[in-house]
Amino acid sequence: MISQLSWKIGGQQGEGVESTDRIFSTALNRLGYYLYGYRHFSSRIKGGHTNNKIRISTYPIRAISDDLDILVAFDQESIDLNAKELRTGGVIVADAKFNPVVPEGIDARLFAVPITKMAEELGTSLMKNMVASGASWALLGLPLEVFNKAVEEEFGRKGAAIVEKNIEAVKLGAEFVLEQAGGPLDEFKLGDADGQQKLFMIGNEAIGLGCIAAGCRLMSAYPITPASEIMEYLIKKLPALGGTVVQTEDEIAAVTMAIGANYAGVRTMTASAGPGLSLMMEAIGLAGMTETPLVIVDTQRGGPSTGLPTKQEQSDLNAMVYGTHGEIPKIVIAPASIEDCFYDMIEAFNLAEQYQVPVIVMTDLQLSLGKQSCEPFDFNSIQINRGKLVEEGPELEQHQLFKRYELTEDGVSPRILPGAKNGIHHVTGVEHDETGRPSESATNRLKMMDKRLHKLDDLFIREGLRVDAPNETPDLLIIGMGSTGGTIDQAREWLTNDGITTNHITIRQIHPFPTEQLLPHLQQAKKVVVIENNATAQLAGQIKMNAGFAEKIRNLLKYDGNPFLPSEVYKACKELD
Amino acid sequence: MATFKEFRNNVKPNWCPGCGDFSIQAAIQRAAANVGLEPEELAVISGIGCSGRISGYINAYGLHGIHGRALPIAQGVKLANRELTVIASGGDGDGFAIGMGHTVHAIRRNLNITYIVMDNQIYGLTKGQTSPRSAEGFKTKSTPEGSIESTLSPLEIALSAGATFVAQSFSSDLKQLTALIEAGIKHEGFSLINVFSPCVTFNKINTYDWFKENIVNLEQFPDYDPTNRVTAMNKIMETNGMLTGLIYQNTVRKSYEDMITGFRQEALAKQDLSLSEEHFAKLVAEFK
Ligand SMILES: Cc1ncc(C[n+]2csc(CCOP(=O)(O)OP(=O)(O)O)c2C)c(N)n1
Ligand code: SF4
Repeated sequence: MISQLSWKIGGQQGEGVESTDRIFSTALNRLGYYLYGYRHFSSRIKGGHTNNKIRISTYPIRAISDDLDILVAFDQESIDLNAKELRTGGVIVADAKFNPVVPEGIDARLFAVPITKMAEELGTSLMKNMVASGASWALLGLPLEVFNKAVEEEFGRKGAAIVEKNIEAVKLGAEFVLEQAGGPLDEFKLGDADGQQKLFMIGNEAIGLGCIAAGCRLMSAYPITPASEIMEYLIKKLPALGGTVVQTEDEIAAVTMAIGANYAGVRTMTASAGPGLSLMMEAIGLAGMTETPLVIVDTQRGGPSTGLPTKQEQSDLNAMVYGTHGEIPKIVIAPASIEDCFYDMIEAFNLAEQYQVPVIVMTDLQLSLGKQSCEPFDFNSIQINRGKLVEEGPELEQHQLFKRYELTEDGVSPRILPGAKNGIHHVTGVEHDETGRPSESATNRLKMMDKRLHKLDDLFIREGLRVDAPNETPDLLIIGMGSTGGTIDQAREWLTNDGITTNHITIRQIHPFPTEQLLPHLQQAKKVVVIENNATAQLAGQIKMNAGFAEKIRNLLKYDGNPFLPSEVYKACKELD
Repeated sequence: MATFKEFRNNVKPNWCPGCGDFSIQAAIQRAAANVGLEPEELAVISGIGCSGRISGYINAYGLHGIHGRALPIAQGVKLANRELTVIASGGDGDGFAIGMGHTVHAIRRNLNITYIVMDNQIYGLTKGQTSPRSAEGFKTKSTPEGSIESTLSPLEIALSAGATFVAQSFSSDLKQLTALIEAGIKHEGFSLINVFSPCVTFNKINTYDWFKENIVNLEQFPDYDPTNRVTAMNKIMETNGMLTGLIYQNTVRKSYEDMITGFRQEALAKQDLSLSEEHFAKLVAEFK
């Protein structure tokens, strides 16, 4: 029995790769396996090779694997492009229609299943993905009923007849391949999963759900890969809660609308990727200057400019930390798991109101779009903190205004919403006094700048650093952020086997930088490697600038558009100078 | 009930003496009182420019945002609290140059807010450059040989973008302007009121006298029907955009807030943020 396995399906975009993957993985999730998905796609909607890979495991995993056990191919291109990943003795399930061939030098077992033919005999070639997935499911020897249940849910709304046909297609594929193979393949027999019900979702869905849990009831946004799923999720769910999503004319409108709505008291967010964030920068400054809470999600993708819009990258860090002119307080958080995506949104909305600052939640494409198993979310942990929000102001004299920007010990002033009695004050991006009225006085300027900029002095968020430090003086401290954590942990297992001791820190609080908390870890390590998906070592730069230790720090960078593979991290760590 | 005096504060505007913007401020204050608002029920959201300072000169909730973005901010405020009366305001550069995209889409969206443009055909705050509203041939610091771009007609654009309320006025005509702002506030949808507001410092062509000579008041046409979009468009073209009064109103189309599926009738800002455990469980079940 094996503990983990990798499965991939490839074909032309629009050919059903997505739905096959969805049904296959839903069924596996029901069986309690841990899953980690990777979607390879291009900006084209129809046509062009696409593939989805799932790693299936009996224990928690958060990384794609280097190799592949089963490849389901709708065309020869899918075989040619992906067969090299197959491990020796791996399996290809392909449509007999195109006379599939195993490329030279690849040692794999080919099952040519009359996929198209069977589907057409059932009435439509659309069902070929069901034949194919039925075949590959059967090879794993997993219970067909669970699979059929997932099929039923996928096609249920299309009527019983359609469901029945699809289940028939699954059966045909399964029977054919089992006869050829002489039963399920022993080497693919997965051990039992832990049976615990997990959630299976993409980061963007967890973000959307997190927003709802956080009390966010409005979103204004402009579509962009890989952020759109957040607005698409929320527009389905917010109406039941009285709220809505507005698709604006651009990201400047999206962010300023969110500022207006937050100013007026509704937890409102926007989400975009690099190009949209670039457009929002002036408005982020307005939120900082007017101390208006604001939550923005940046789902990083390949930059600069339009860059690699459907590929992995972590290159917006500096732009998020430094973006906008002048100097404002701002929080940048980088969730590192699906669970983080959910809980961090709640935290982000709380922080935005507690400190009255813009909060940027920075994910990356692999985290936003990769479908993964995650632990069920804890409803009881949801807490809403609106900071110094007051309902009514104190009795005011004629012409006296509410001190919205009152100078206080912690720099945070009472906040009141338009509509409230005794709360009238002014809000402006011009430097202002305690009531919000424009002021050019130098003394006032200094007081107000200091008030704003020191609000976050002691900020350290929940797990601002995620520390896995079993070694007191590790040979190597590996530092990463975002979606790379699982890959790093996989590589660490191999390094440990080689006798190299490692600690691992995921930096989740990107800004203000948690220098104090990181320092001891840097001190203890013999060597430090910072792993990030960008070309200019932006995270390493922050570490060196804030904490020092430049002489110890090495970089592992990848900016070809693809996530790190565990073997790449392992090799690079072994070969560090 | 509040009188217009209660919409005044003790800030002395930093506008040049004689600037048209003073009367627009007065008209907003009067209109707000006339429709029965209390100061805390009004939010004035303004852009950047001489005109943009207006939100600081009215005793109401006010937000002075960034150049060209008064409208999206104002729409956000309205979505968050539909019980507020929301007025957006700014210059012709703010609304028709840098913010033109928002203007067109705010018109299309038709949220129930009132947009007052203080149109002086020039950039005042930056000391006298051309605006999209400047006449062809108009000489400014940035067009020393005269503007060679055609003049933008916001009224025509508004009509073609599906506006439900289009009016124009002149800052000297306080009575008409006040009445139009009242009508705009009462209109259930987006109301655009473009107001000729002379810049006495940088615009020596479009002066008070010049406007008085060139303006055509729609009152002169007793048969004019402001519910007819075609005649409205014709009238704008016939008068070369120099008409004042209520040009067009569509009372049939519902406001955006009223068309959003499930949108809360009361102020969203007053809603409890918590989610029931059942509701949460239902949302989570989709991912099992
Ligand atoms: C993004 C940005 N660009 C440029 C400016 C400079 N600026 C301030 S006001 C203004 C134009 C003012 O003209 P208008 O909007 O017509 O208002 P007025 O001053 O005439 O009332 C400009 C260009 C700015 N504040 N922000
Ligand atoms: S510069 Fe022109 S627009 Fe600005 S305050 Fe003076 S007169 Fe008014």
